[in-house]
Amino acid sequence: MKALCWQGVNELSVEQVPDPAILNSQDAIVKVTASTTCGSDLHLLGGYIPAMRAGDVIGHEFIGEIVDVGPEANRRRVGERVVVCSVIGCGRCWACSHDEWSLCENSNPNPGVTDLMWGGTTAGIFGYSHAMGGFRGSHAEYVRVPFVDYNAFPVPEGISDLDALFASDAAPTGWMGAELGGVKPGDVVAVWGCGGVGQMAARAAMLLGAERVIAIDRYPERLAMTARRVGCEVVDYTSTDVTAELRERTGGRGPDVCVEAVGMEADGTGIERVYDALKQRLRLEQDRPIAVREAIHACRKGGSVFVLGVFAGLVDKFPLGALMNKGLTLRGAQQHGQRYIPKILDRIAKGDLSTAYLATHTMTLDEGPKGYDLFKHKKDGCVRAVFRPWA
Amino acid sequence: MKRLIAGAAVLVAAGLGTARWAASRGRRPAVAKDPLESSRWLGITINRSPDEVAPGGHLPDPLARADAEVRMNRAPGDRGTEIYARPREHRAGIGGLLARPRGDDARTAVRTALRETKCLLETGDVLRSDEEIGTTRPTVTGRVLDMALGRAAEGGRL
Repeated sequence: MKALCWQGVNELSVEQVPDPAILNSQDAIVKVTASTTCGSDLHLLGGYIPAMRAGDVIGHEFIGEIVDVGPEANRRRVGERVVVCSVIGCGRCWACSHDEWSLCENSNPNPGVTDLMWGGTTAGIFGYSHAMGGFRGSHAEYVRVPFVDYNAFPVPEGISDLDALFASDAAPTGWMGAELGGVKPGDVVAVWGCGGVGQMAARAAMLLGAERVIAIDRYPERLAMTARRVGCEVVDYTSTDVTAELRERTGGRGPDVCVEAVGMEADGTGIERVYDALKQRLRLEQDRPIAVREAIHACRKGGSVFVLGVFAGLVDKFPLGALMNKGLTLRGAQQHGQRYIPKILDRIAKGDLSTAYLATHTMTLDEGPKGYDLFKHKKDGCVRAVFRPWA
Repeated sequence: MKRLIAGAAVLVAAGLGTARWAASRGRRPAVAKDPLESSRWLGITINRSPDEVAPGGHLPDPLARADAEVRMNRAPGDRGTEIYARPREHRAGIGGLLARPRGDDARTAVRTALRETKCLLETGDVLRSDEEIGTTRPTVTGRVLDMALGRAAEGGRL
């Protein structure tokens, strides 16, 4: 079958690879009908997740049709149109049974890597390196879905493929940031990053009752899209001091909840940008935490900061003093998607949540390398490139 | 200009490294390894009650087949069952050191048995990686990664 493969730093190609197979009795094979780029793929592409092998199939946010199921998959059936959570859960360990699916204790066959890096084993993720289990990604004609009963969700009729697609990752990730960040009715919420996840976090905050939501980015087209489609306030960080701007808009307090949806390759302005870029380039610091630092400084005393952006290792100049003395709560997680996907599909069906507009560029799988070039460099207003393997 | 900045940063980093090394000379080395590492119990928590984990006191496979001392108790906070195991034989010295690279380390075998027992009891299966049907090709950097990943399935917090 055809698949989009990582070949080295900033190098992708479409290759013929062996078809996936049912390896466990609770697996299914899904024929991928749409699979999208995600900002976290850029960390793989840039070589910041050092557990990729040449030839690995990437992609983790997808929908498709079940074409085969293992003998012990009881709930899912051949022919169902399903959205699949990017994070794989077994559904029965303590973490999964407490709705903390990205902490699953049974879905990562390579537990030693994340344990060495983080002191704990995390869930497997499709197409996200051998540290996350070595599962093939979804930028392919077919993909194997382990523990399919827990990870694939039937898409109700009336919801389009492109709307359902983002229920795989962007929408539940954003929802988790707002919900676990503790957004309550009347809150002021600031979201760093107007990519797919940031926009979904902003929309989720509004649906959870936030009185004001302010999204921060630097790309004019993303800011305009967020203002128009999400309906929140926006701030261009290249033309203002974000912390001062947020104070001015919140009666001097700062936002109640700050959601960081940028990750390890955050950009910034001034000396801080040069400092982090240089340290990361020299491998003296693994991740650039510019947006996290800013969120901690901007947050109101006693407020909450949620880290949604992907980080892999160590950061420098972390403002622990501000965190401690301001009495902040800091949380983060890979998405616990299974907890939110049914709710999100329901919200989409009711018209509360719109996601398809994030797909600014739809193309064939053969155009994968071009799609990532558009996405990485934000060319032509690209927010998400979506690949249709069977188009 | 980029090269100049990068060069300066390398020099600064090298200088800091040298200064740190010089400052640490004469200091007594810290204990890097856990002195009890070879005899510690390996523990795992299974999201099942003790009656389900060992009905009638019979240990589940593959733990039952492991050459290990085993004890278990109900986990606090309704978290299921804690199982602890360790090899009956503690290898010390050079034999113990070489066991892991040779692939016959008793602690690794017990660790793997614990993990697989947990997977089987909780899910009915031990999940396999897609790596079995490879799409990758050999590269120099890939070999280094292969060496690290070669042991990845055996490690991990239990």
